[in-house]
Amino acid sequence: MEIKNAIAGTLESGDILIQIAPAENDGLAIDLDSTVAYQFGEQIKRVITETLTGLGVTRAQVKATDKGALDCTIRARVTAAAVRATGKDVWAD
Amino acid sequence: MNSIKERMALINEAAARMGKDTFKGTQEKNTTARTELTKQGAKVVTLEEAIKKTGLKDGMTVSFHHHFRGGDKVVNMVVAKLAEMGFKNLHLASSSLIDVHEPLIEHIKAGVITKISTSGLRGNLAKEISHGLMEEPVIFRSHGGRGSAIANGDLHIDVAFLGASSADPMGNACGYSRSENAKSICGSLGYALPDAQYADKVVILTDDLVDYPNTPNAISERNVDYVVVVDSVGDSSKISSGAIRDTKNPRDILLAQQAAKVIINSGYFKEGFSIQTGSGGASLAAVKFIRQSMIDKGIKASFALGGITAHMVKMHEEGLIERLIDVQSFDKVAAESLKSDPMHQEVSANEYASYDEPGSATHSLDIVILSALEVDVNFNVNVLVGSDGIIRGAIGGHPDTAGDSALSIIVCPLLRGRIPCVVDEVTTHITPGSSVDVVVTEYGIAVNPRRPELKERLEKAGLKIVDINSLKDRAKSIIGEAAPLPFGDKVVGVVMNRDGSVMDVIKNIVD
Repeated sequence: MEIKNAIAGTLESGDILIQIAPAENDGLAIDLDSTVAYQFGEQIKRVITETLTGLGVTRAQVKATDKGALDCTIRARVTAAAVRATGKDVWAD
Repeated sequence: MNSIKERMALINEAAARMGKDTFKGTQEKNTTARTELTKQGAKVVTLEEAIKKTGLKDGMTVSFHHHFRGGDKVVNMVVAKLAEMGFKNLHLASSSLIDVHEPLIEHIKAGVITKISTSGLRGNLAKEISHGLMEEPVIFRSHGGRGSAIANGDLHIDVAFLGASSADPMGNACGYSRSENAKSICGSLGYALPDAQYADKVVILTDDLVDYPNTPNAISERNVDYVVVVDSVGDSSKISSGAIRDTKNPRDILLAQQAAKVIINSGYFKEGFSIQTGSGGASLAAVKFIRQSMIDKGIKASFALGGITAHMVKMHEEGLIERLIDVQSFDKVAAESLKSDPMHQEVSANEYASYDEPGSATHSLDIVILSALEVDVNFNVNVLVGSDGIIRGAIGGHPDTAGDSALSIIVCPLLRGRIPCVVDEVTTHITPGSSVDVVVTEYGIAVNPRRPELKERLEKAGLKIVDINSLKDRAKSIIGEAAPLPFGDKVVGVVMNRDGSVMDVIKNIVD
């Protein structure tokens, strides 16, 4: 799936900023910067991966700047960023 | 015949018997007008002279207060001077340390400061210490615990450097100034009073040297050795930074409303009750809701204690709170009130919250509302170490007031972002669960099983009482399972209980 640069979310406390960019290689390269990285880093990466894979995005660079977002927020921001990156409106389909 | 001449032999005999000299000659009379004479006292010296005259040596203990909170300039100024003068291995005993004290990191690295005692640590200093910056662990005490430790000798202070917003040349000092040259105001000097009383040498630093006598005084000249005039002791506009904030957060307001309902229906809300609030947004806001209820029911409080806020001052001026007992003024309104209102009393940390002083005010306290970083299912509270294992708070008067009050209420949200506030076990034990009665969250109120009668009263009033385990489970269901923190094996902090016993230790964090 072709993707372009896209962004969703904010740097507010309890939110996450997702930036998606095209990648050279296959797979998802997730760069996570989180205020709760110690305790929840792996879980956050898993949620991002699952959400993107579920939307058919399997090759992308993802920069995630997390300010303690819950999983539901992470899914929402990742979905919004993916929709903007792919131009495919998952809510309309 | 009975003249001085005839009695001389007897006088000499009496003196000899007592091992004293016989009075000889006359006393020189200084005839300078006292308005002139008192302008410059022998105690007024430069900071460097004061440090030299105190006899401070390497390895000794220097102390400070934190009444200017985020605006404090004294700690950094004095420690920089001590470093410049080549002192090493000093023990820094401040009533607390905050973000603004970050320059201490360099002085620790240089070996100027090798030991710290404090109520709390914040910002980068806290972060560095959590990562193992110091060889010796930081000793953490509550405000009451520090007062006790200073009084009983556990914490011996060699030289206290105490900032004051006014002082006369003899050393009579206050946290405010009555002169037109006033540069700063911090209100109560409560945490500095044990230092002034018990330190071997006391240096007052002031940015407003006023004429003698600077009375009513907080610190008496008889406890002061030297007075140093400086450009500024602190930025008063930053007193209410740090933990203190007036909340507009809807969740905090909801928590405050719930806490107020707990108080009103607790059985302790009656004529003559006493109350204290912690520094968290929700606990401060709770006061606003209690106020309305006091007016509606015609109930008046006998005193409000602790960190006094503008809200408390307002209620005092409205006649709803008879007296204010102030160990620390949380904002400028409180500081001004302390200066002008005789019913607004300044007290030392000992009179405020010492465990071993029967007369300390906390022993007469009915209700306290406190915040928390974490509460666990056994009602233990942590207010010092963040859920990331990094020190980020202060013990303050938390265990003192929770332990001594008739009713202690902890107000905290279930989650802060992704960080749970109700947990299986707190990261660090600060306030024992045996002294905590109620935990208020936005998902329900938990009552310590020790207090079945309280639970019954609150349920009867229609409040939603839940098991604290269900709160913990609810938090976990939202955030998932947290990975364990990467603690190392080095002890970077020791938490003292207010009775002088060791409560807990804090281990370093490894990145």
